[in-house]
Amino acid sequence: MNKIVSKEHFSEHVVKLVVEAPMIARSRRAGHFVIVRAGEGGERIPLTIADSDIERGTITLIIQEVGVSTRKICALEPGEFLTDVVGPLGQATHIEKVGTVVCCGGGVGVAPLLPIIKAMKQAGNRVISILAARTADLVILEDEVAQYSDEVIVMTDDGSAGRKGLVTAGVESVIEREKVDLVVAIGPAVMMKFVALTTKKYDVPTMCSLNTIMVDGTGMCGACRVTVDGKTKFVCIDGPEFDAHKVDFDEMMMRLKSYNIENQQK
Amino acid sequence: MNQDNTRDAQWRVALRNAKTAKDRSATPRVVMPQLQPDYRVTCNEEVNQGLSAEQALLEASRCLDCPDPQCMQGCPVAVNIPGFIKNVERGEFLEAAAVLKNTSALPAVCGRVCPQEKQCESRCIYNKMKKAPVAIGYLERFAADYERMERAAHPVEVKRPESNGIKIAVVGSGPAGLSFAGDMIKRGYEVTVYEALHEIGGVLKYGIPEFRLPNSVVEAEIDGLRALGVDFVKDCVVGKTLSYDDLHAMGYRGIFVASGAGLPRFMGIPGENLIGVMSSNEYLTRINLMGAGRPGEDTPVLKGHRVAVIGGGNTAMDSVRTARRQGAEAMIVYRRSEAEMPARIEEVEHAKEEGVQFMTLCNPTEYLADEHGRIRAMKIQRMELGEPDESGRRSPQPIPGAIEEIPVDLAIVSVGVSPNPLIPNAITDLEISRRGTIVVNEETMKSSLDDLYAGGDIVRGGATVILAMGDGRRAAASMHEALSK
Repeated sequence: MNKIVSKEHFSEHVVKLVVEAPMIARSRRAGHFVIVRAGEGGERIPLTIADSDIERGTITLIIQEVGVSTRKICALEPGEFLTDVVGPLGQATHIEKVGTVVCCGGGVGVAPLLPIIKAMKQAGNRVISILAARTADLVILEDEVAQYSDEVIVMTDDGSAGRKGLVTAGVESVIEREKVDLVVAIGPAVMMKFVALTTKKYDVPTMCSLNTIMVDGTGMCGACRVTVDGKTKFVCIDGPEFDAHKVDFDEMMMRLKSYNIENQQK
Repeated sequence: MNQDNTRDAQWRVALRNAKTAKDRSATPRVVMPQLQPDYRVTCNEEVNQGLSAEQALLEASRCLDCPDPQCMQGCPVAVNIPGFIKNVERGEFLEAAAVLKNTSALPAVCGRVCPQEKQCESRCIYNKMKKAPVAIGYLERFAADYERMERAAHPVEVKRPESNGIKIAVVGSGPAGLSFAGDMIKRGYEVTVYEALHEIGGVLKYGIPEFRLPNSVVEAEIDGLRALGVDFVKDCVVGKTLSYDDLHAMGYRGIFVASGAGLPRFMGIPGENLIGVMSSNEYLTRINLMGAGRPGEDTPVLKGHRVAVIGGGNTAMDSVRTARRQGAEAMIVYRRSEAEMPARIEEVEHAKEEGVQFMTLCNPTEYLADEHGRIRAMKIQRMELGEPDESGRRSPQPIPGAIEEIPVDLAIVSVGVSPNPLIPNAITDLEISRRGTIVVNEETMKSSLDDLYAGGDIVRGGATVILAMGDGRRAAASMHEALSK
């Protein structure tokens, strides 16, 4: 049982929860995720850790309501409890000084991106962050991102904030402007797919963080498997980060729909 | 309890002389009362109902109390088999359970899931006499169940062993971890068991279905350990949440790793990542651990109308029988013949009774999708048996051109597992085999690190409950010896 310490609404369907989890707060690194369960009949779902506070013994999770389980989690109020929080899971992000890093976050994908932006900056990189969303209301964590970025570019589909256009246009403009050594992309699978296709054209190494269906999250079930470079990998133990140029995003997007029919019946 | 249970004990000599060997051997082997197949596929109730006291008394009287009991040689932990059976025969059921508990931490579990037909019962003298062996497994279950029910009906306050103040950490709460924890707490250690999942019990919970091993049986064992003072911490992944160094800093002087076999194997054939192709671990975990498909449970599972389970082991049988209970038409697809199947004969028979089809000498070569990426069919290659391979089993060879397509909407891959890589990846100095298992001294179960012992599937790569339990017991004995120096 993990107590919710505070809650903040970023938008109607995106919530930030600060949760008591002292051991996880201490051992987690950028890129790690947790498996969370709300209620005794709850599903186990993976959520990337957006931040942690070792002294207060808390971790920060940012959740977008997309189904039964995320709706339950988003409905929790401070003082209430998550039934289970286990982690930190997955491989931590490989952080090193490479030069200029472009970090692109799509929608709620900015949450898992934030600790990477922070760590990349602290490692001495020039960090350019691109925050992309459908509309202004869905742009999250802009101030926090700005704190650790040399430049922040906001892109919205409708032009209601920042520049109008897709994330790929933002990435392309930076690559054409200056030498980029690494791109990190986190967001919906389709967004990562197109960022990867864009950076591939310019041959810029690109890393993505995948959020697939999981059950145990410790390598036991294989629900999270993806094809990377023609080989089957488990996101929970081999990932969640992979070379975006080698991920079969089409297969991943197909697999994300595995339970669409079952979930609609609920 | 634990009176004189040796073969020369007065009561045992008298019991032996009370009935002639001829009378004993003339009694037919007991038949396990079972639920009817058409009923049991509608529910999760345990198929084997257990022996009545009358049946147990009669079956126990079949045992000849051999001077050199071979059955014990067949048991991986050398349970004192005649010692407990003769106690059943004289009606001392609690004493029978006490004898079992001397060597087996989880007799109610082993009585249900051990492959007795390959172990103790295969060595019974009756086999040589062309008679059915004594039903050792049924009797083990009977004695253990009797004791559990007595304990529930007449709870006695459990006396916690006096603590010696030495802290021991156990990683994983499956059969190896539980048996180790039980042995160490009884020796006075302060034992904490860390479990990654949100339930205690490991494979006994997420893997083996209720119809073969009810959760209540496992819970009773866990409660028993709790009453003795074992501390269970769930949702904690050693190697992630807590490091090896953290455990030292917390004052643990011995660590037993029993983290199990994670990583399901796939075959690497086209279409294996389609929607509706999954590992047996995923399928069983969704249903057994997460309660998928039951009211009030959020976890979904694909039910399938026509389900193929690939493999011939116990996990394959558990999966295919689960699929029947989910209302599907279900089949086993196995590349060798039935004779080579590693599953228990009982499980194969139960599966057949429940209407499972067996497609043996068939190997899947490809899964085919519909327009949504969901599996709609599989291609299978017909096989024939060639010469025996290094495992002694006749190796299957493809029959040229004999490929057919069969419609399925769910395929469950149950072709084995690899050791869980979490601990091997997390502890740098630990010696790991090429298969990814932790290397230990087979007698002491000690790893390349002085305070770290390991057992069960993380050492063996995939074995049985009884072997895992035996590992736990051996590790406990040798760790105790090392810490007593």
